[in-house]
Amino acid sequence: MTVHELRTRPGDAKRGDASDGAVLADQVGGRLSRVDGPAKITGAAKYAVEQQLEGLTHAVLVESTIAAGRVRSIDTAAAKASPGALLVLTPDNILPLRTATDWLGTPPPDVAYCPLARDITFSGQHVAAVVAETFEQAVAAAALVKIAYDEAAAIVDLSDPKAGDGIPVDAMTKEWGEAETAFASAPVRICNAYNTPREYQAPIEPHGLIAKWQGDQLTVWEPSQWLDGMARTYAEWFGVPFENVRLVSPYIGGGFGSKAFAYGYGAVAAVAAKMLGRPVKLAVTRPQTFTAYGGRAATRQTVALGANAEGQIQSIVHRGVNETSVDGMWVEPLGSVTSVMYATPNFSSRQNVVRVNTVVPGALRAPGENPSAFGIESAIDELAYEVGIDPLEIRLRNYAEQDPHAKKPWSTRQLREAFAAGAEAFGWSKRNPRPRSMRDGNQLIGWGVAAGTYPVRRAYGEAVVRILADGSVEVESSSIDMGQGTYTILAQTAAEVVGVPAENVVVKLGDSRYARAGVTGGSRLAGVMTGAVHKAASAALDQLIGLAISDPASPFHALQANTLVVANGRIASPRGNGPEVSIAELLSSVGREHIEAKGDTMPANSTVEDRYKNYTTIAMALPHTEGDYSRHSWCAHFIEVRVDEDFGTVRVSRVVSALDSGRLYNPKLAESQWKGGIIMGIGQALLEEGIVDRRHGRIVNNNLADYLIATNADIPDIEVISVGIPDPHSSVLGGKGVGELGIVGVAPAIANAVFHATGKRVRDLPITLEKLI
Amino acid sequence: MRDFSYLRASSVDAAREAAALPGAMLLAGGTTLVDLAKCGVAEPETVVDITHLKGLDTIAVDDRGATIGALARMSRVADHADIKSRFPAVSEALWQAASAQLRNMATIGGNLMQRTRCPYFRDPANFPACNKRWPGSGCSAIGGVTRGHAVLGTSEACVATYPGDLAVALVAFDAIVHLGDRQIAVDDFFLLPGSTPEREHAIEPGEMITAIGIPASAAARRSTYLKVRDRQSYEFAAASAAVGIEFEADGRTIRDLRVALGGVATKPWRARAVEEALNGKVLEPEVVRQASLLAVEGAVDRGANHYKIELAPRVVARAILKMGETA
Ligand SMILES: Cc1cc2nc3c(=O)[nH]c(=O)nc-3n(C[C@H](O)[C@H](O)[C@H](O)COP(=O)(O)OP(=O)(O)OC[C@H]3O[C@@H](n4cnc5c(N)ncnc54)[C@H](O)[C@@H]3O)c2cc1C
Ligand code: SF4
Repeated sequence: MTVHELRTRPGDAKRGDASDGAVLADQVGGRLSRVDGPAKITGAAKYAVEQQLEGLTHAVLVESTIAAGRVRSIDTAAAKASPGALLVLTPDNILPLRTATDWLGTPPPDVAYCPLARDITFSGQHVAAVVAETFEQAVAAAALVKIAYDEAAAIVDLSDPKAGDGIPVDAMTKEWGEAETAFASAPVRICNAYNTPREYQAPIEPHGLIAKWQGDQLTVWEPSQWLDGMARTYAEWFGVPFENVRLVSPYIGGGFGSKAFAYGYGAVAAVAAKMLGRPVKLAVTRPQTFTAYGGRAATRQTVALGANAEGQIQSIVHRGVNETSVDGMWVEPLGSVTSVMYATPNFSSRQNVVRVNTVVPGALRAPGENPSAFGIESAIDELAYEVGIDPLEIRLRNYAEQDPHAKKPWSTRQLREAFAAGAEAFGWSKRNPRPRSMRDGNQLIGWGVAAGTYPVRRAYGEAVVRILADGSVEVESSSIDMGQGTYTILAQTAAEVVGVPAENVVVKLGDSRYARAGVTGGSRLAGVMTGAVHKAASAALDQLIGLAISDPASPFHALQANTLVVANGRIASPRGNGPEVSIAELLSSVGREHIEAKGDTMPANSTVEDRYKNYTTIAMALPHTEGDYSRHSWCAHFIEVRVDEDFGTVRVSRVVSALDSGRLYNPKLAESQWKGGIIMGIGQALLEEGIVDRRHGRIVNNNLADYLIATNADIPDIEVISVGIPDPHSSVLGGKGVGELGIVGVAPAIANAVFHATGKRVRDLPITLEKLI
Repeated sequence: MRDFSYLRASSVDAAREAAALPGAMLLAGGTTLVDLAKCGVAEPETVVDITHLKGLDTIAVDDRGATIGALARMSRVADHADIKSRFPAVSEALWQAASAQLRNMATIGGNLMQRTRCPYFRDPANFPACNKRWPGSGCSAIGGVTRGHAVLGTSEACVATYPGDLAVALVAFDAIVHLGDRQIAVDDFFLLPGSTPEREHAIEPGEMITAIGIPASAAARRSTYLKVRDRQSYEFAAASAAVGIEFEADGRTIRDLRVALGGVATKPWRARAVEEALNGKVLEPEVVRQASLLAVEGAVDRGANHYKIELAPRVVARAILKMGETA
């Protein structure tokens, strides 16, 4: 069998992408524009809940208005009598479901699952639902459902006196050396608390679904970051085989971690569809996106740094707490950056979770790393000022030459290069370290730096590649594109391997009937899927060349060649002797409709169960420290802020970030993902906060006018610089993670810049004006 | 389903007649009304669409002043050359409000009538108690999340902030609201909550805003609207100030100062004490800063909104000093 090297040969190149020159847009590493762009701009792209189905009905959720207690009674009479009402679902009449396996692969307890609650553990919990002929009728009927409660005292958040210290999460403990004693005897000691509030994914496309049953076959149109995982959940809820559930999610209007799971409202819609025998659409309203699933948990950390007078860290003692719900468990790993960023002989990180009356929190761009970096990257800045060393210099003095926790070499760590490139482009050397040393009229100007990191999460993938009669290529996968560029980079991969222009490649995603795929989360998809498509496309090319060489009807038959080359859709011999024909001509002369190959990157001895587990849970994911290396992406953000000295308003005026995501499959798309992360980080640093009414345990700013995310006017030009090099230990084609990396470290870089501007250290996000006034 | 009748008014008189029906509400750009209907706050029985009325969207500016039709869109008024040159604070208040999309839909009449952003007011399902919404039911905000609530003009019945920007500029320059034949000063058009926070405007059933008149003045010509908020755009004011100055012939002594505050009071708030303290004085930074403190005389905070008491005078002082610089 021929071995197909990548034409762009990452091994020979510096970065393995278009910045080396000589890489075509069509190839891996090229700057091809998003192939799904025109469909989105013209409106041709149809999102999940836009499907028009015959006999479609509409469901509206009824939510609890108390944060803790019990439903005493539900009066549905008026709702049932309301015009157009078809069904009022309550815990009393809903079909019983089974509990499903969770995303970690934990076998479920043998208890029934009911997505409507009698025991209320948070405000906004689903208690009932109404289905009607039209959406408006359902809204009106839902308002007529009367619920009586026995209210109990709620624990509203981490600062509630009733919240307590929580439950230790032993799995999060990381310790080496004698951290507490080393800290106590360190010549320089700083110890501070850093807090982050509840934050929300706020995707522009709210959640929702259309569910339709045909016999015991269920089709669900739903925006999804994980078709196979969600299909499994639906299948287990209803006790039907996995194959009976089809999930369709061709486009996703932003997920940021929130669209990877089937949630209670999905169960409600699917049950209603079954009970009614008609398709049901349930669109989660914008206010409900704050309680129908969880945003980022509020967190608290204390970071104690012991150092010598030269700023060398001798000990880090870190304690973290995140909130979780009363009956669900969410751990936001707060020691994740703390334990890898700096070299220290002594280290201790421990974490508790505290149960409060909230919806179970969930994943939001870089769960764990994001708040973790806010703690350690603020703390090291404080240390820099304590010992009088430049904040960039102190980071270099404590540079971790290997993973301090795993004690393994880095696969690649271009962080020093990131610091150098970022500092150079930003002009960091001109910085006067003194706070309040720069101003422009009423504006105090400050410069801050912070680093970020995200582990390389790896898994196995599969894909189908077909070479069609007209010479075009088709790629199929049940993975998804939520704007990050899957359609585009898979087209580039297949185009490069087979040797056709990218415009002749059609990528089909977002249907669980296609080749299986694991979760699109943890920045793993690009690495997993380019690897799988590379393998499948290579197999398809082998078949094509095999046919061309051996089929008696092939024009190459007489040539007796060992191999042939395919470029720009045409087949020829490597030496150029003999004929040259198009792929279409070859397939027609040998009488083939198409060539199809399935490729996967699973270990050869994998069983059917292994595969199922790999695609429907994360139990088969490879740890980033597996084998001989520790694998991470890295970045350094340099940020300038302007703080109005009278008003306390903070505006970010300049951002230069240098990032190491290994090899970039498409620099244009990677840059835009990094920028997206940085923009989200600016919002997180300055604006975003779910505000709780302490008497009612309810988020009161549950809409996009009051929950503030950054607007265009808040964002300056952002310069991103790639410093990555191909990392063969991280993925088949040499890339590391892109999507989550950009946000990690932005908030501390801004907080550090605010300190430089004002002399005030803000350790509670977001940095709103009243904290500086 | 909550049905309502939809009436397209054919004349101002017809609109006023329809608006007098119980449960009737006028529909202009709909950016407040539709929003509140979705929240379950507005439940009109009849919606009277006035957007097709002719002649109500004109903008006329001459030496006596400006007359702006009630149906003129926010974006058109903000961009109007004569409004920009003779009433800069009005244009600035408009373009710093809401978003471009909203400004293209929203009308001047509807803008004055926009309702508070108090989150409790906007969520009847979860917070039934709201005196503004259901008189006598209590106030959910007091004792709750009050970061955006008013520090001036509040009562025990209601502490909701008047959120708009335009009206702040209008109140500074003595604008007049035209309700057909009847005219009323903007300052009198907006009511303090007192014990009847449900009554926000001096407008009777069957009345409708037909136009806004702004008298020309030297102070309006040299004016600005300064809006301070955490987000650079598309956010209501944490505190704002509309300021206009007319100087004596020496170019330093203040003859006629106008100051109004937004984002901190239950209605657009004319700060006459600041005006009186500075009229006749030479514009000096320290004097201006001291006098600006009078803007929040009598202010009462509710905890999280305390910063507004600090912030508002600084916004006033900055705006006055900025107008002084251009002297
Ligand atoms: C997300 C968001 C952000 C916003 N931000 C800002 C901001 O920063 N600053 C700001 O100033 N505003 C802001 N607004 C408010 C916006 O300016 C108003 O919604 C808009 O001006 C209302 O005008 P409209 O024509 O759409 O009114 P409508 O919604 O049509 O009507 C509003 C009310 O006025 C009544 N009405 C309408 N016309 C008349 C009339 N001629 N006579 C008597 N009554 C009438 C209606 O019956 C209704 O009660 C924001 C709004 C939203 C939704
Ligand atoms: S402040 Fe006014 S609007 Fe808000 S809840 Fe109280 S009464 Fe209602």
